[in-house]
Amino acid sequence: MGSRVRVRNDMPPGHIRTPAYLRGKSGVIERTLGPFANPEQLAYRHNGEALALHRVRFTMAEVWGAAAETPTDTIEAEIYAHWLEPADAA
Amino acid sequence: MPHDHHDHLSPSGHPFRADDDHPLSYWQTMEIAVRELLIEKGVITAAEIASQIDVMDSRTPANGAAVVARAWTDPDFRAALQHDASVATAEMGFDIGPMKLIAVENTADLHNIVVCTLCSCYPRNLLGLPPDWYKSRAYRSRTVREPRRVLAEFGVTLPETTQIRVHDSTADMRYIVIPARPDGTDGWSKDDLAHLVTRDSMVGTGLPKSPDAPDALA
Repeated sequence: MGSRVRVRNDMPPGHIRTPAYLRGKSGVIERTLGPFANPEQLAYRHNGEALALHRVRFTMAEVWGAAAETPTDTIEAEIYAHWLEPADAA
Repeated sequence: MPHDHHDHLSPSGHPFRADDDHPLSYWQTMEIAVRELLIEKGVITAAEIASQIDVMDSRTPANGAAVVARAWTDPDFRAALQHDASVATAEMGFDIGPMKLIAVENTADLHNIVVCTLCSCYPRNLLGLPPDWYKSRAYRSRTVREPRRVLAEFGVTLPETTQIRVHDSTADMRYIVIPARPDGTDGWSKDDLAHLVTRDSMVGTGLPKSPDAPDALA
């Protein structure tokens, strides 16, 4: 709760449930859910690894920069643990 | 005169739409093949499929409206809904199955709106089948980028002091918005309150009906 995290800025192929518009963006963990089976593995009929699912809150300013409609409005999305890194990571 | 053009206007005066005749797509053919094989091999019956379609069609936003009206009138239920909406709504008979439900409350300072940018995730057990616009590329792409303009097109204009919070339903959770209870409804019964709760008010693209609306009491 409350930790600052960054979504990995990767573009791997496959069934990915991390929206592209949030990759590379930083936010704050609103709550942690799960564990849920990793959908990237389930999609190919593998056993899904159990992962925590974090609801991350982003500001519109962070996601859209100067183009933000109202910079202080927010977006929340569910991001699996393996897509998140501490926000201070290089 | 509309009736002078029998070849391209219907009796109601609207143009006829072209027939939607085209070959089955790959996935439509696949669906039919798998369904027929499942029936032929006795895994499921045609009657079971028809009955499941009936179940899907029987779920309507009235389920969600009952949840909202109860949250407005029952503080313990409202707390339970905040704590674990899947459990709280299952106890009312609305089982969400393997998915999980989160209820998000609108206040004077915060307005929630739900979208699924990746597909069409929607709390079907509470709201029924999603409307076509919910699945459209325009709604899915614009709601995360310009929610205030999208809301304005739905007839909802909120003050700058109200924060908009967009919920992108990307994974295992489903979302229902608990709109703010309309003023002027003190002492109303749960059933009467439920008539004010529209589908769009539970997606976040609308507000509940005013108690003064002509259709407020069904």
